[in-house]
Formats: sequence, structure tokens, C-alpha cells
Amino acid sequence: MIPEFGYGVLAVSFFVALYSVGAAVYGAQKKSLAMIESARRAMLLLFPLITISAATLIYLLVNDHYEVSFVYEVTSRSMPTYLKVTAWWGGQAGSLVFWSWLLSAFASAVTIRKWERDIEFLPWVIVVASLTAAFFLGLTVFYENPFMRFWSMNGSVEPSMFPPAGATLFTPQDGRGLNPLLRHPGMVIHPPMLYLGFVSFVIPYAFAIAALITGRTDDRWIRLTRRWTLWAWLFLSFGLVLGGRWAYDVLGWGGYWGWDPVEIAAFMPWLTGTAFLHSVMIQEKRGLLKQWNMILIILTYALVIFGTFLTRSGVLSSVHAFAESAIGPLFFAFIGLTFISSIALLIWRWPLLRAETEMKSMLSREALFLLNNLLFMSVLVVCFWGVVSPLMSELFTNQKITLGPPFYERATAPLFAGLMLLMGIAPLSAWGHSTIQTLGRALWKSALVAAAVTAVAYFTYTSNLIALIGFFLIAFVVLVTAQEFWRGARARQSAQHENFFVALTRLMGRNRRRYGGYIIHISMMMMAIGILGIEIFQAETQNTLKQGESLTLENYTITYREIASWDNNGAGVNYTRAVIDVQENGVYLGKLTPRIDYYFDSQQNMTIPGQRSTMRDDLYVLLVDWQPASADGATFKVFVNPLVNWLWVGSFAFLAGVLFAAWPDKDPAEERSHTRQVAKQPSAAD
Amino acid sequence: MTEEKSELQNNKSSTDFATGAVVGATAVVGVALWIQIVIWVFIVGLLALVGFGLQRARNPMAEVGKPVPDFDLVYYEGYQYNDTPQMKLSDLRGKVVVVNIWASWCKPCEQEAPDLEEAWQLYKDGGDVVFVGVDYVDTPAGANEYLTKFGITFPNAPDLQSNISSILNRQMGVPETYFIDREGILRQVKIGPFTSVEEIQSIIEGIK
Amino acid sequence: MKRQLPISNSQLLFVALLALIFANFTSAAAQTRVPTDDEVNAIARKLYCPVCESTPLDVCPTEACHQWREQIRSMLSEGKTEDEIFQYFEQQYGARVLAEPPKKGFFWLIYLIPPVIILAGAVILLRSMKEWTTKTEPVESSETPAAQDDYLARMEEELKKQK
Repeated sequence: MIPEFGYGVLAVSFFVALYSVGAAVYGAQKKSLAMIESARRAMLLLFPLITISAATLIYLLVNDHYEVSFVYEVTSRSMPTYLKVTAWWGGQAGSLVFWSWLLSAFASAVTIRKWERDIEFLPWVIVVASLTAAFFLGLTVFYENPFMRFWSMNGSVEPSMFPPAGATLFTPQDGRGLNPLLRHPGMVIHPPMLYLGFVSFVIPYAFAIAALITGRTDDRWIRLTRRWTLWAWLFLSFGLVLGGRWAYDVLGWGGYWGWDPVEIAAFMPWLTGTAFLHSVMIQEKRGLLKQWNMILIILTYALVIFGTFLTRSGVLSSVHAFAESAIGPLFFAFIGLTFISSIALLIWRWPLLRAETEMKSMLSREALFLLNNLLFMSVLVVCFWGVVSPLMSELFTNQKITLGPPFYERATAPLFAGLMLLMGIAPLSAWGHSTIQTLGRALWKSALVAAAVTAVAYFTYTSNLIALIGFFLIAFVVLVTAQEFWRGARARQSAQHENFFVALTRLMGRNRRRYGGYIIHISMMMMAIGILGIEIFQAETQNTLKQGESLTLENYTITYREIASWDNNGAGVNYTRAVIDVQENGVYLGKLTPRIDYYFDSQQNMTIPGQRSTMRDDLYVLLVDWQPASADGATFKVFVNPLVNWLWVGSFAFLAGVLFAAWPDKDPAEERSHTRQVAKQPSAAD
Repeated sequence: MTEEKSELQNNKSSTDFATGAVVGATAVVGVALWIQIVIWVFIVGLLALVGFGLQRARNPMAEVGKPVPDFDLVYYEGYQYNDTPQMKLSDLRGKVVVVNIWASWCKPCEQEAPDLEEAWQLYKDGGDVVFVGVDYVDTPAGANEYLTKFGITFPNAPDLQSNISSILNRQMGVPETYFIDREGILRQVKIGPFTSVEEIQSIIEGIK
Repeated sequence: MKRQLPISNSQLLFVALLALIFANFTSAAAQTRVPTDDEVNAIARKLYCPVCESTPLDVCPTEACHQWREQIRSMLSEGKTEDEIFQYFEQQYGARVLAEPPKKGFFWLIYLIPPVIILAGAVILLRSMKEWTTKTEPVESSETPAAQDDYLARMEEELKKQK
């Protein structure tokens, strides 16, 4: 009864979404405010409806209803409750419902207030949002239904929503359980973060399409969605970082990014999203690049849908891929529709998107931002080509190929280096005009100090050329950015006669976007330190040790002391845990306990490393699970990852930076002028 | 510019955007025709490529009821057919061919190995049924060990470059067995290990 | 009487020669020791598991991958080079086990297309930028569209006064 209820509500929401699309289109055609309002209300109705359906699904998940096939696939009795809840997005059908739920939440947040000023956008925003919601809901209602149950008839068991004639309900004793790799705190947050990022990009896209359809191609649509874009970008960035952290902790290869096709599918919208964040500033400040901004937001959204499709359709082979299913062709049709209609609209409105002013100098900030965009798009080209090439190879040569890290790293490293260089130069360049002389004067001190830092690194640490270039660029960017804070605060200090720190705080508070952006740049340099450390200086070794034996890597010596193996029947796991002593340069540091967890229900292993983390490096020890481990011999794989924790610490700084940038500015003068610019009625703006 | 804008807003309002799309595509609207062609060719090409990938992911090249595409068999030493070290599948036309895909690291394959060998013993003298084992991504050492352990005598070849399995095999799993009739048509596919010799026999008898 | 060795000089020479030859053999045998895990992994990390999805061979936990690593170990102890091992894997299992497609035939396209597209993009950008920039004398930009930049422009002035 409960599954039928959940399914019924979901089906109703599908039809409500369709109605909303129809009413909005009709209302726009006939200019009927009543119809548009009806469409808006229908769309607002989606969120409570889907919430009810999702709550029903979670109830089924938490209460061991194994007659429901989705519950059987992703939960088991031995899983703790919080994991049963998060299993909602642990399988295809549930994750589609999650997508729809998030979309309805965001669409409601945007349209909950009555719009008066931007009313012409409203119907088209509703159309795009509701059409997307209808698509995802339709997938779950007709194909990937999480409420299907098992029915047995004549000895065979089939999942289906409604009972076939003469069949009886079949309830398995226990579920299959979530893949053990997914039973990790990172798994709890990583998919929702990514989905939040993906789904949030629907909103700026919807406004862009609305702008194209209505012809309102000034930057109103950008101002309305500026914060959405920032939040979407934040969630997506964080989702990517969390995925990396989870891989590092749980997947046991001592790395955080494998250039796996599905990782890249999530990375591509991030690239265009970052390019977009920068180039909208050009449109706001100088009225240029309207066409390009449209292209970027359409591209970002298209990549989001494309990435979602690639993950779920079985087209790509990847560790991430959901099992291949019937929805591939449907997604394909949806993508085709999205691409074609967006491009057609853009081509139709192209002349309206002409630039308002001219660019004055090739070294102005807008020129450098354009270069920034070129570099981001170049990385995108490499990634996209890398994802699509195996398909092309199969089509033309009938051979499967793999494109691994060497291909991507070789191609993207110089592009990222170029972006870092720009991060150091662009803040010093002025809008409208800059020359080599003005830039040179502003830069030379930072460049000199950065060169000195690099020289120190050369004499004390490494002669690896790539590392040295990396260190130079990092130091350069940090110095230039820090200098911006310094000079701004000093100027304000002398102008307002404030104490330095007050001056700095007020300076930052009045211009959160700029200084938030600088904090983000510095945090990315911290992450770059971590990436350089682990990529260039990682050391590894593997050996089989008897109890009491040791192995050495870099300055560390590990000694195999004990091993124990026991079952935890409540959690359905068998643990095999080794205890090792760690010494550094002869000094005893402590013990580490790498583990192998064997899950009975899914018959899979999870290797948990023993980690000792400092800012200087990580000592990372794995008990390998393809050799038996006992007192006579256990095989250990040891990594020393220098500087890697800068990556995680940097990501927190990044979060702080984005939050700071997204917060509304405090300046009362700015607020006054803001309300003067915007009409008195509330609009769709935050 | 503003006049143009408001005119467009009044006339080409949302009602006409479909017409607008068509108009746009015919290059009246200010984007050079050659650029439009490039864009559309790219999009159509991309969709075609992805569509192809999707289709490939969902369907193997060999379908039941259709002829099986030809492939090479380069036999293991000591496991040749008629003392010929190498042949094509089409060379076996006129006989029923049972292609069994296995691997030495595959536990379920061990379940069916004795049954397959026993079935082979029943048919090998008749001359009109051939069993061919195809060893999927395996090492020579592992293969040797497996074949000796189960006393396999029917012809066996490694799946070089994974060519054979990509022709036959949608699941890319082991074990899988493909039954091909005398005209080279794929008649039946068995995914997973056989449970008995009789099961193998009944399928062959149905095709003979 | 002078003491003499029971064997002649030529026999002695022959024995010495034999001893030398045998010594070489034993030292060669001592050189074919078992390759370490690290040596195997150095090669395995550049290969991909033929069965699992996108998993490098040095970290893949399956029985099959274990066998392949042992295969690499035995090939190393036979003195095969890295390239020979890669070639063997490619012949046996197909191009997909390599981390990059081999640089021949159609696969050259895969390597060449991205630089071509990026260069084309750079050319388009440069031409567009040239179109947009005017050729007039660069004038100090006095436009300060938003309140923020106005504020900062004043601060720049302050700083210049201080210098």
C-alpha cells in the first residue's frame, strides 16, 4: 500500500509538471497573467508533492521493505540507519527522484515571490524548469521506478509496479546492500553536492533561455541569477573536491583524481562555469561579450545534462557508471532537444547580443579575462576530446582504447600554468586600459620575490623543472593577490585614518566580490601546492613482510607488529586489521592500523588505509587485499604523499572565499544606489 | 538598436519563436551561413556519435538469428582443431559450433568445465559438432593450469586483442556460451555456467 | 726429485678455463633474481586492467589482475624490457590496456586534434580582439561605471600621491 501511495504521488507530480509547462506557454502566448499564475502555482506544487513521495521512499528504505526492488538493491539489514537514508541516491531510480526533488526546490525558491518587474521572464523560466522536472519525473514514473515490488509467479520472481495476474508478493529476507565503497561519510555528501551543483545550473540556464525568447538580452538575466551561479559553482566545486577526498580515503590507490571519464563529465561544466563567472564581469562592467556569455551558460547546462547522461547510459566504461539501463535513449533524445533548441534560439537572437562598447587595449582586464576564457575552453576541449575519442575509435577502427592520465596531464598542465600566470597579472590590470609599462611597474616586485622563493626551492628541495615552475607561479599569484589587500588597506587607512585591520575589514566588506575572489585565488594556490606535491614527489613501495620485519620509504620506517581478524555480524563485516609501528629518522611516531573490511552481503572488500597526516606530507599505508594476510606474511603498500594536505586545507579556504564573495555587500551607499537602480517592486532577485 | 529591439519584442514575441528558429537557420538573422553550417554539422555529428555509442552499449554485434561475423582462431599449443594451428570461424561452416568463453580466474567457469568436457566426449567422434573454447583476457600460465586441471581436450584459443568477445559478447563476462548452427547463424546464447551435461546436450540437439 | 703437480700444464689450463666458464654461469644465475613488487608496479601502473573499468593494473584487487602482475614479474625476470611487455599486453588484450593509444595510424588524429582546435580558438580570439580594439592613442581610462571601481580609483590616486 505504501509503495503504491509513493508511486501515485510521483505520477501526479509528473502530470502537474506537464500542466505547468502547458499553462505557461499558453499564458505567454495569450498574455494571460491568470494562466501564468496558474502555471506558477502548479510548479510550486511540485516541491511538496515530490517531498511526500521521497519521504515515502525513505520510509521504505529505513524500514527494511525488501519487497520493494530498489530497497533490496541498495540496503540491507546490517546497514546503519543513516546509510539507509543516504542509499536514496545510491541507485539509479532513487537518484533520479533526488534530482527531481532538488529541481523542484530550486525552481520554487526562484518563483515563490510574486514577480512584477521581470514578469516577462517568468513563463519561460517556468517552462524550462518544469519541462526538465517533467523529464526526470517521467523517467522515474515510466522506466526507473523506485517503488516497483517483487512478484513471484510459477517459480520466477519479477519486479513490477502492479501485480501480474495471479502473482503473489515476494519479500526477500535481506537486501543486497550498498556497495561497500559507498559506505563512507564522503559518499554521504559527495553525490548530493554534485547534484546540487548540476541542478542549480538549471536556473541561470532557464533565465538565459527566457532572455533569448523574450528578446530581453541586456544583462538583466545575469544580475538576477548572479548568486545562483555562484552557489551552483560552489556546490559543484565542493562536490568535485569531496569526490577526490573520498577516492583518496577509500579507493586505495593513493590518489584523488584518476581522469576517469565520469570524473571528467563532472569537471567539464565546472570549467565552463568558472569561465562564465569571469566573463559575466566583463558584460557587467563593459557591456561586451553578451553573445559569449549566452554560449557559456548554454554550454554549461548542456554539459551538465550530457554528463548526467554519460554516467547513466553505459556509453562510457567507468568505475562510476550506473548499470546500463533503458533510459539511455530517452536521455539522448532530451539532450538532442536541449542542444538543438538552445542553439536555434541563440542563432535567432544573435544580432540582439551585439556589444555595447569597444575594447580599448589588448592588456586591459577584459582582454586578460578573454584569455582566461580561452584557456578554460582549451582545457574543456582536451577533456571533451578525451571522453569522446574512445567512442570515435570504436566507430572507425572497431578497437577499444583508453585515454589515461598521461594524455590529460601532458595537455592540460601548460594550460593550467597559463591560468595561474593570468591569476597573477589580471588583478593588476585595469578595466579599459593597461599597458606593458603599467603592468610591469605593478608586477616586478612580486615577480622578483617569487623568483627568489623558486631559487630557494631549487637549492634546498628539488631540481624538477615542472615543480620549480609551479612554485614560481604559486608564489607569484599569492604575492600579487596579497599585495592587492595590502595596498587597498593602506590607501584606505590613510584616507579614512583607520587602524590597518579595521581598514582591511571595511575594505573587504565593501567589495566582497572582488576580495572574495582574491581569497578564492589564494585558496586555489594552496590547493595547487598540494597537487604539485603529490603529483611530482609521491613515493611508493610495496613489499611482503613477516611479523617483526620492516620496510623503509623516504624517511619513514614501518614495522609489522600484529594482525587480527574478526567478524562484526551486526554490521555484516569481517575486519582484518594489521598494526604497524611508524618511525621517522629513527624516532618512534606511533602506530597505524590499516584494515581490510569484507562485506558479506555484497562479497566485496574495502581497504582502509592507515594514514598519518601533517602539512608536510601524508604517510599512507595499505594492507593489500589480493594476498592473504597473516602473521607469516602480509603485503603492505606504502605511499608518502608530500604536501597533499594543502589540497584539503585549501578547499576549506576556498569555501570561505566563496561564502564571503556571495554574501551581500554591507556598504550603505552601495545599498542605496542598488535600490535606486532596481525598481521599488520586489523582483526575482535574491 | 532600441527600435529594432522593441519591434522584435512586439512582433516576434514568444508566439513566433518557432518561426524565428526556422528563420534563424536560414541565415537571414546575421550569423554567417558558413558558421551556422559548421555548428549544425558539429552538433549532428556529436549526436550521431553518441547515439552510436549508446547503440553499441546496448547491443552486441552478434544477434540471435543473424549470421555471426567471422573471426580468427589462433589455437593454443596442443589444443588445435584437426592439427591446424590457426583458422577462421567460417572454416567450421557445415558443423554446429559451440563457442564457450571462459577464463582461468573465473570461478563459475570451473563449475561448468567438467560438464563441457564430458559433453565434448559425447560429440567429438560424430564429427558434426565442434566445441571451441575461447580464453578471455588470460595469461598462458593460468590457462595451461586450468586446462590441465579439468582435463580439457577440445580446441582452445586465446581471445587475442579481445576481438572475439567484443564481436559476440554484450555482457563482456565469463562464462558465456554461443551456439552457432551449420549455416553460421547464432541460434542460442547461454550466460553463466551450465548446470548439467544434459542442458548442453538439449541445446545442441535442438540445433543439429 | 722436483715435486710436480699430478696434472700437466695444458690440463691445468683447461680446468682453469672450465672453472671460468662455470663461474660466469653461476653469477648469471644469481642475477636472475625475482623482480620486486616495486619493479612490477612501475610497469603495472602504466597499464590498465583488461577486465575492470578504468582501473590501473597496479591497484586492481582482482584475482585476474594478480595473475597479470605475476605475468609481468616473470617477463621481467626473463629480461624483457618495458616496451616489450607493453607490446605483449597490447597483442594479447588489445589497445585498451595501454594508458594511451599507440601512436600509429588513425590514433595520430587523437593526439593532433586538440592542439589544432586550441590554436584555431586562439586565432579566432586574437582576430576578434583586434576587431574590437581601436587604434586611437591610449587615454587614461576615466570611466568608472560602478560605485566600487570609483572607490578603488580614488584609492589608487591616494597611493600615487604617497609615492
